[in-house]
Amino acid sequence: LVGGGAMSGGTRLENANPVIFQRSGERQLTASEEDDDVHDPIDDREIFDILSINDPEHPLSLEELNVVEQVRVKVDDAGSTVGVEFTPTIPHCSMATLIGLSIKVKLLRSLPDRFKIDVHITPGTHASEDAVNKQLADKERVAAALENSSLLEVVNQCLSTRSV
Amino acid sequence: VFMYLLSTHKDPELFLWSRLNEFLCTLHIILHFRLSLTSSQPHTRARGVQLLSEVLQECYGDLTEREVEVLIAFYENRLKDHYVITPPVLRGLKALTKCTVLPPGSAVSMLRSLFQDVHVQSLMLAERACVYNMLINLMETREAELKGLGADFVFGFVQSMDGERDPRNLLLAFQIAKTIISRGYDLGKFTEELFEVTSCYFPIDFTPPPNDPHGITKEDLIQMLRAVLTGTPKFAEFLLPLIIEKLDSDVQSAKLDSLQTLTVCVSQYEHKDLAEFLEGLWVSIRREVFQTSSERIESACLAALTALTSCLSRSVLSSESEDCLSTFLDLVLKDCKHHLSEPDLKLVWPSAKLLQASCSASIRASHVITASVMPNIVEQYNIWSHYNLLCFPLCVFPPPLEDSVFLAYRESLCSMVFSALSESNSSLQITATSVLTSLGQQTGDIQSHMGKKSDLGHICLQSERSLSSCFSQTACLPSALMDQDNTEASEKLSHHAVRQRCLSALAAVSVHPSVVQESTPVLLEVLSSAHTGKTEVVLACRSLQRIAEQVQDTEETGRCFHEVIIPRLLGLTLQAALQGVQLPQEYEAVLSAMVPVISTSCSRLQPQSQQGSTWRQSQMVCLLMGCVCSLPPSVRIPQLDELLSELEEMSCTCTHTLSYTSAAKCFAGLINKSLQGALVLQVFNLRPCSHFVAKALLVRYHPLSTTLTDKLFSLLDNTDLGSMAADGFSLLMSDSADVLNRACHADVRIMYRQRFFSENSAKLVQGFNAAPQEKKPNYLKALSNIVNKLPKQVQVTELPALLSLLLEALSCPDGGVQLSTLSCLEPVLADPPAALIQQLEALVSRLLALTSSPAMDVRIASLRCIHALSRFPVLPFRAQVLRALARPLDDKKRLVRNEAVQARGEWYDGSC
Repeated sequence: LVGGGAMSGGTRLENANPVIFQRSGERQLTASEEDDDVHDPIDDREIFDILSINDPEHPLSLEELNVVEQVRVKVDDAGSTVGVEFTPTIPHCSMATLIGLSIKVKLLRSLPDRFKIDVHITPGTHASEDAVNKQLADKERVAAALENSSLLEVVNQCLSTRSV
Repeated sequence: VFMYLLSTHKDPELFLWSRLNEFLCTLHIILHFRLSLTSSQPHTRARGVQLLSEVLQECYGDLTEREVEVLIAFYENRLKDHYVITPPVLRGLKALTKCTVLPPGSAVSMLRSLFQDVHVQSLMLAERACVYNMLINLMETREAELKGLGADFVFGFVQSMDGERDPRNLLLAFQIAKTIISRGYDLGKFTEELFEVTSCYFPIDFTPPPNDPHGITKEDLIQMLRAVLTGTPKFAEFLLPLIIEKLDSDVQSAKLDSLQTLTVCVSQYEHKDLAEFLEGLWVSIRREVFQTSSERIESACLAALTALTSCLSRSVLSSESEDCLSTFLDLVLKDCKHHLSEPDLKLVWPSAKLLQASCSASIRASHVITASVMPNIVEQYNIWSHYNLLCFPLCVFPPPLEDSVFLAYRESLCSMVFSALSESNSSLQITATSVLTSLGQQTGDIQSHMGKKSDLGHICLQSERSLSSCFSQTACLPSALMDQDNTEASEKLSHHAVRQRCLSALAAVSVHPSVVQESTPVLLEVLSSAHTGKTEVVLACRSLQRIAEQVQDTEETGRCFHEVIIPRLLGLTLQAALQGVQLPQEYEAVLSAMVPVISTSCSRLQPQSQQGSTWRQSQMVCLLMGCVCSLPPSVRIPQLDELLSELEEMSCTCTHTLSYTSAAKCFAGLINKSLQGALVLQVFNLRPCSHFVAKALLVRYHPLSTTLTDKLFSLLDNTDLGSMAADGFSLLMSDSADVLNRACHADVRIMYRQRFFSENSAKLVQGFNAAPQEKKPNYLKALSNIVNKLPKQVQVTELPALLSLLLEALSCPDGGVQLSTLSCLEPVLADPPAALIQQLEALVSRLLALTSSPAMDVRIASLRCIHALSRFPVLPFRAQVLRALARPLDDKKRLVRNEAVQARGEWYDGSC
């Protein structure tokens, strides 16, 4: 699925000095969120907050690298669908599949089963966009990738919120 | 070649623009224009000039001085040419006037040829505007050169604008005229001409056509023209007769405009400009005021009169000139004064207004008029007693006026006011009161004079009793008296007698509730002001007492007394008592003066307020608490035993929450500090008070505390009170903000919580085991309340013994117990004791069960605990937990979902 070796080596970074974007602030707590009787629907921002995960190459969150933006996150709570477009930092980023996979795994773990999760690259931002999208959409390949323990380790490392 | 191209091109102008870069130098353009410019056909020439002018309008900024000079010479020459060429020439010249590099002398020569060769008024509208704009441009930049033209410039302008009819051009022309005047151009012998050519439009009569796109209003024109006409005193000799003439007009707007113009122009004039027209102006103004029915005209007249008088007052007199002001005021007085004594009173009010208008102009004028009119008024008042007359002094005396003006009349004024007050006419009374108010604001002798009228209060009182409708108006009297008080206080003179009378007058006046609300703050002010002596405080108290006695008994006043006055009095007393600044005997006198105030007002309580009053008074206990409980233990409190039994009584019998809680806290605070053995504890009812008392003893390790806490423990089995008793343990263990803390000098030993816990935890477990099933929640609640407040180190060491109890508490149905157990479990889980690992299975299953609790807080807290558990060796439970956590991922609350996401992520993560 992906050249796992590229990760562990760490000898040369593909994009050593990326543009860093400001984090959006903490979500404001509203009165209705504290009210036990009100139903809060799952919204774009909530999904976006779930995705503040680490980039495998940089000790920065995907948000800070502008890989994931809130406007590219679409959720339909009633229809139980989530769509996320992510933008690799450079068009030839070899980590694109890994990032996509991490996002997908994170969402699988963090959302109720009823959701259909669609993760793909923002159109026109990656050289082998279609191939990556196809891999990410293939349930079997995702499942198989997660069987691969060394790959899973990298993914988990990405998803870990503990300090890297 | 160029001209050939130009003539063959479809759009010559476009062509010219496209090629302009190649012919940068404008001289070249002229060169190439020569053919058309030298054509024998005037229209062809005109087209050529037109083209050149349009070019210049675009690029006048790029020209050099030399080029401008050539162009000006060319254009000046063209002015002499055929008339069809004039319009484009003017446009070109206008463009050139905007040049910054205009050579010296060219402005003058340009204008000379303009005035000489062009008859402006025979031009079209746009060309006339062009001429005016040229003038405006040149006046902005070449002022010095134009002034060098002398009066010729003014003459040229007068000729140019003479006969102008278009409002747009008029605005421009007025602007030029205004600049000529304001920038001090030499008018020479053309002053009258300039005035004539502008004043012929006065008063402006203009109605904009419907759908007027230019948006010029009549008001714009009026303002511009007024600025021209009133701009210089040189116009005075022409303008003033014109105004007098126009005041005769039948058109209202003409009159109004004239009066407003007069008001503006006299601000520029001196007395010598006005002298010969004063009589005419006065006759017109008087006639208007006496006859008009329009209020606008009347007020414009009065404003003009004020402006006139103030102009005359301001002027500096030379030794030989007569005093115009007194001449003018003589005129005014002669025409108005006799109306004041006419029996039919028809012209009294207009006359009074005229006099008042002149008075308000200056102090000198008001001196003259007052001196002349006052005796008349007093005399007339004695005969007619009409309130118009009474209004006069009020209007006449503006507040900052020197009192010498009416020093001589104060006797008569006061008697007028007082007799007016005793009249039955309400408007007369109101006016009299306001006169009195303004008199009251005067300083000095007037006050003592008023003070001598010791029946003031009596009179006010009578007038108010006779007429309830003017209460609100008379309410302003106390404030006047207060002002008086203040001025006196600042003077620090020994006006005690006056002040005393003021205070008693104030009290006498305060009968109606609305007056009371005005007057009592004054009295309280007196009471609290720093430099009031004992006698005055006592006096103020007496006044308050009198008010309390005489005021109409309504709910409103009752509230005023009980919510404002009494608390304020108590506050002041308390403050004085604590600061101890006053001498003891003074303090005594004040205190004894306060007693009747409070007792009177309380004795007159309405039944409905009486019911509430017990708690209103009893809740003052919290003040007492703040006072006595914060005293250092070294301070001895007198009659402590009595106080204690009172407090105990109150805390046990009172039904008002704040009252009994405060009483109990106060009691607890006191016994915490009192000597051991000095107190006898009785049996307590179960109220928060017993917790306070227990705490008071507990925190100082008093031997009796065990007795009390045992009692509390035993109450956990009580069906009615068990739950309340369990809540009380939270109070026992937490810090309280107001009493029983170290800041209040309470006797608090360190580690009393730990001590309490270690002494009682066994009892608690024992009690729990022995208790019947339905009472167990009380124990769990008490336990969680206690453990929650323990320091973490203690929690960790004590937990093994209590773990089974805590796990029990997790399955207790009470949400509060669940929450407090979870919140004390969470920190422990970060560094779990070995005992906990053995109980892990029970713990996990209970926590997972709580994630579907109905209470959001409980769900969040349990998810946090599960999150914390992920650090344990939890592999056996991983599948179970991950499965169970899928459900809270779809919780209806976002905050719960966030916790679930984090917890589940950690469980996935930690298990690899």
